Amino acid sequence: MIYFDYTATTPVNEEVLASYIQTTKTYWGNPSSLHKFGVRADNLLNLARKQMCELLDANNHDVIFTSSATEASNLAIKGVAYRYQERGKHLITTVVEHPSVYNTFFSLEKEGFEVTFLEVDNTGRINIEDLKKAIRKDTILVSMMHVNNEVGTIMPVIEAGEIIKNYYKIIYHVDIVQSLGKIPVSLREINADLASISAHKIYGLKGSGALFIRKGLELEPQTLGGSQEFNLRAGTVDVPSAVALAKAMRLILTDLEKNYDYVRVLNNKMRSILSKYEKIVINSPVEHCSPYIINFSLKGIKGETFVHALEKHDIYVSTKSACSSKNNKASRVLLAMGRSQELASNEIRISLSHLTTLEEIDIFDNVLQEVMQELA
Amino acid sequence: MIYDRILVRYGELTIKGKNKKQFINHLNHTIINKLKKFPELEFIGHHERFYIILNGRNHHDVIEVLDKIFGLHSYSLAAKCETNLDDIKQLSVKVIKEEIKTPTRFKVETKRAFKRFPLTSLEVSKEVASHVLKNCDNLIVDVNHPEVTLNIEIREEATYITTKEYPGLGGLPVGMDGKGLLMLSGGIDSPVAGYLVQKRGVAIDVVHFSSPPYTSPQAKQKVLDLAERLARYSHNDRITVYNVPFTKLQKAIYQYCPSNYGITIMRRMMYRIAERIALKYNYLIIANGESIGQVASQTLQNLRAINEVTNMPIIRPCATLDKLEIINIANKIDTYDISILPYEDCCTIFVPDFPVIKPDLDKCRAYEKNFNYEELIEEALNNLEIIKIKAYERVNILEDEDLSNLL
Repeated sequence: MIYFDYTATTPVNEEVLASYIQTTKTYWGNPSSLHKFGVRADNLLNLARKQMCELLDANNHDVIFTSSATEASNLAIKGVAYRYQERGKHLITTVVEHPSVYNTFFSLEKEGFEVTFLEVDNTGRINIEDLKKAIRKDTILVSMMHVNNEVGTIMPVIEAGEIIKNYYKIIYHVDIVQSLGKIPVSLREINADLASISAHKIYGLKGSGALFIRKGLELEPQTLGGSQEFNLRAGTVDVPSAVALAKAMRLILTDLEKNYDYVRVLNNKMRSILSKYEKIVINSPVEHCSPYIINFSLKGIKGETFVHALEKHDIYVSTKSACSSKNNKASRVLLAMGRSQELASNEIRISLSHLTTLEEIDIFDNVLQEVMQELA
Repeated sequence: MIYDRILVRYGELTIKGKNKKQFINHLNHTIINKLKKFPELEFIGHHERFYIILNGRNHHDVIEVLDKIFGLHSYSLAAKCETNLDDIKQLSVKVIKEEIKTPTRFKVETKRAFKRFPLTSLEVSKEVASHVLKNCDNLIVDVNHPEVTLNIEIREEATYITTKEYPGLGGLPVGMDGKGLLMLSGGIDSPVAGYLVQKRGVAIDVVHFSSPPYTSPQAKQKVLDLAERLARYSHNDRITVYNVPFTKLQKAIYQYCPSNYGITIMRRMMYRIAERIALKYNYLIIANGESIGQVASQTLQNLRAINEVTNMPIIRPCATLDKLEIINIANKIDTYDISILPYEDCCTIFVPDFPVIKPDLDKCRAYEKNFNYEELIEEALNNLEIIKIKAYERVNILEDEDLSNLL
């Protein structure tokens, strides 16, 4: 099998899984329990939080463990909107956000919040001037992704943070799901109040995510019950998943630079293979882009057909993001980047990893030639 | 760093007549021992004074240690300069500026051991006083009722200048007059009682009663942490904790005696055990945190009923203190925050709804005959656990596992 869909999800790292299993077997106490067995689980949980904050240069933050980055982003966005709506009901995000963010804003809009969706240029980046212009007296939240999950574009999150920090009323949420472990991330440098992450994108486990929250920031909880997770997310905390997430973060960040350099080599090779074909238009920009993602459109070939053609050769790529690929619609992101309806509808995403080998890319090179002839 | 040395004055022991020398030697030994961690210090002791030569060590570090030694009356910081009038004047200004921040009545006093110094003592005082007044704010000359005296001591090799006297901890040197055994529960009062007997020179060790599983390891850890705090005031930085396994005895009490007499009889058992330990290990007194009337078991009738079982002197330094006075001391000696940690101890488990306030002595004796407590006391003593505690070194009994491989 040749897997080119690491942006959708990743295989679990053996060491992470070992930690998960050991924690499940040894520290299965409830961290909210008063007894020693529970206290031990709680100690472990807090060490995990601490380690995660250190890894993201976020010493002024706490960590709330969630079931996914989607839940984390929902909690962040709705939590801020409902908590601070007395201060204003204007929210800012971009048109290229992941559905977990985009649809949350869309739903808030229906509820009476006013949302400015910032447009992007043909590389998928917002213009920082547009953000400045969009900020109003009643703006309470800006939410922006760090790396776009479909095309890999890196957003100017640090520059945005520089602007937002001058407005004490505005809370800043960053979706760092696709940047974590791939490019350097410092919440201090970004000036982020909130940041969402996912475990299974960094060789951790499915069903595990987290929201980093600046200490002292209040949110309206979206799940009610016990007082777990600073009263922000009721429900018994999943200590093994938390431990596994902290470990996955540590392991992936240890090799960040080495992996980045390696994947850049892979990316260059992949790009030169793809550019051989007239029917392939590469959408991922050259600058301000994560090397882990290469997005392209097919002229005159259906994306779905292409995916299945490669699948026959045991090669797995994605058409649009996994979270939206079931709706047979054009890519919102590519349309926003000014691509035609046809190109936007026939999008393919190849995503790489430090686990990808040069041989795999060579095989892909040959298979692609075959497939393109077949589908022509 | 303008200070060269610290002058230490002894307290009450200077009136101790023929034992004086012994007291002073003991105290000097304690000071030197506790300051061992600063190897650059030198010590000079003569008569009623003791000098610590700083050799560059910050005086705050040293004073922090001295502040935990009983028997010291006060300290002064001495600056040193060459024996000539200009240097003396300059240094006097520096010292005044360092130590005097609010309006203060002051005078200058000069001692001239170096008789060939060209000016007389009085002349030096006048010269320095007028120089200091010109160069410092906040000073008012008052030779009759000064708040601060600028002392100048002129010697041939050097001149020493001291001003303020910093109060020491007072009391008597710990460890001069035998040992006492402190009953330490984990509450607020007993550590304070320990500190107060230490203040009168009593070296203490600690007896604690634990009833696992009714009391938790956290409760025991608390006691070890409290003992560590008290060890800081000990002359040799050490305290021994005798941990008495009390579960069986405590259960027997609640099985064989009416519950309203439970606490009174439990205290009687504790006294009996403390007395046995004291006799075995040569403790001359027993101390505890009992305070008159604070809780039901501390009424005068209860104190009498409890005290009946022993002939040993029981020292209760908190007996006449109000709770707030006790808390103030607990805060000062850094035990309050430990004491208020919410873990059950022997005295808080099995608390009856209505403990007897006026126990009948005959009844106490009669109920105790219901079971063979002597055997249970023997058993507890045979299983006595002895833990050595050193100041500033935490003994951790709650295993902190190494979790780093998981993360």
